[in-house]
Amino acid sequence: MRTDDLVRALAADGGRVRVPLGRRLAGAVAGTTLLVAVVYLPLHGLRTDIVTLDWSLRIAFKLAVPLAAAIAAGALALDLVRPGVPPRRRLAWLAVVAAVLAVGAVAELAVLPTSEWWPRMVGRNALRCLATVPFLSALPLAAALAVLSRGAPLSPAAAGASAGLAAGAAGALVYALVCPDDSPLFLALWYGIAVAAITGLGALAGRRFLRW
Amino acid sequence: MADPAEREWDELMRASLAGDEAAYRRLLARLTPSIRASVRRGLSRAGAPAAEVEDIVQETLLAIHLRRASWDPGLPLAPWVAAITRYKLVDSLRRRGRRGEVSIEPLVETLSAPAEERAAAHDVARALATLPRGQRSVVEALAVTGETITEAARRLSMSEGAVRVALHRGLAALAARFSKEER
Repeated sequence: MRTDDLVRALAADGGRVRVPLGRRLAGAVAGTTLLVAVVYLPLHGLRTDIVTLDWSLRIAFKLAVPLAAAIAAGALALDLVRPGVPPRRRLAWLAVVAAVLAVGAVAELAVLPTSEWWPRMVGRNALRCLATVPFLSALPLAAALAVLSRGAPLSPAAAGASAGLAAGAAGALVYALVCPDDSPLFLALWYGIAVAAITGLGALAGRRFLRW
Repeated sequence: MADPAEREWDELMRASLAGDEAAYRRLLARLTPSIRASVRRGLSRAGAPAAEVEDIVQETLLAIHLRRASWDPGLPLAPWVAAITRYKLVDSLRRRGRRGEVSIEPLVETLSAPAEERAAAHDVARALATLPRGQRSVVEALAVTGETITEAARRLSMSEGAVRVALHRGLAALAARFSKEER
C-alpha cells in the first residue's frame, strides 16, 4: 500500500477527539471507585464516626494519603503514556506523598509508648485489609488500563505500574472508610503491602495490554 | 525555539482534535515527509536497509492517528511525533532483527534504492489481507480506490455510519497486527 493511500484512509477516519485523555482517565477511575464504594460500603458497614465527620487526625491522615496517592499516581500514569513528556514533575508529587506517609509513621512512633507500637501496627484486621484492598482495586485498575490503552507509553510496564498504584490507592481509600485501624503505622505497613501488590499487577498488565 | 513550521503543526493538530477534517488532512500530509526523513536517517545510522523506510513510516502514521489523544495540546507537537517515530523505528528494527532480515539486506540496498515516495510498503498491505472482509473492503475503498465515505457506503450498500465504524475498527486492527506480531 502506498503511504498516500494510507494517509487518505486516516484522514477519512478523522482527527476529532471528543474527551481529552486526562479527563477520561479521571472519570474512569473516580467513576469505578464510586461504583465499588456504593456496592461495598453498605455490605460492610461504613464507620459511623467517619460519616458524622467526627474525624481524629489519624482518620484524616488515613483518608488523605490514599486520595493524594491516587491523584499523583494517576497524573504520573497520564504523563507516562504521553511520548515526549518527561515524567519527572509527577514523580515528585508521588515522592511528596511517600514522604508525608513516612513523617506520619515516625510521628506516630514518637507519640506512642513503645509497648503500643506493635499492637497498633498489627491492628485488628491486617489480613482483611490485605484481602480487601486488591479486591476493591480490580475494577478501577481495569478501567484505568482501558483508558491508558489509547495512549502511547514508551514503557508499558511503568505506565501499568502507575495505573496500578492509582487504582490500589483508590481501593485503599474505599477500604479506609470501613477499616477500624487508624494508625499511620498500620496504613504504611498493610495498606502499603496491598497497594504494592496492585502496583506489581498493574506493571504486568501494562506489559501485556499497553503495548503498541 | 520551535520553528514556524512546527508551530503550524501545533495549530493544525489542535484544529484536527476539535474536528476540522481539512486541517487533519493537511497535518498528515506535512508530517509524512518529515517522518520519512527521520526514519531514513535512523535506518542508515542502524545500518539497516532503506527498503523498509515506507513500512516504518506507515506504522508510525497509524500510531500517530490512533494515539493522537496522547498529545498534550499545551506542548509542542514535534517532540511527540519524534518520540513516536523513534519508538516505531526501534520496535521495527528489533522485530526484523529477530527475523534475521537485517543481516542479509545491506547488499540489496545498494542495488535497489527506490524512490520511497512511490514505493509501496508491504507490511500494512499484508496486514490488510488478514482483516475481516467487511473492514478490509472499506479500508481498501477509502485508501486504495480513493472513494469518499459516501461513495463507499453507496457501492458497498452500507450506511455511512457503518462505513465509518468499519474504517475505524479496520485501522485499529491493522495497528494491532504489528504490536502482536512475533512477541
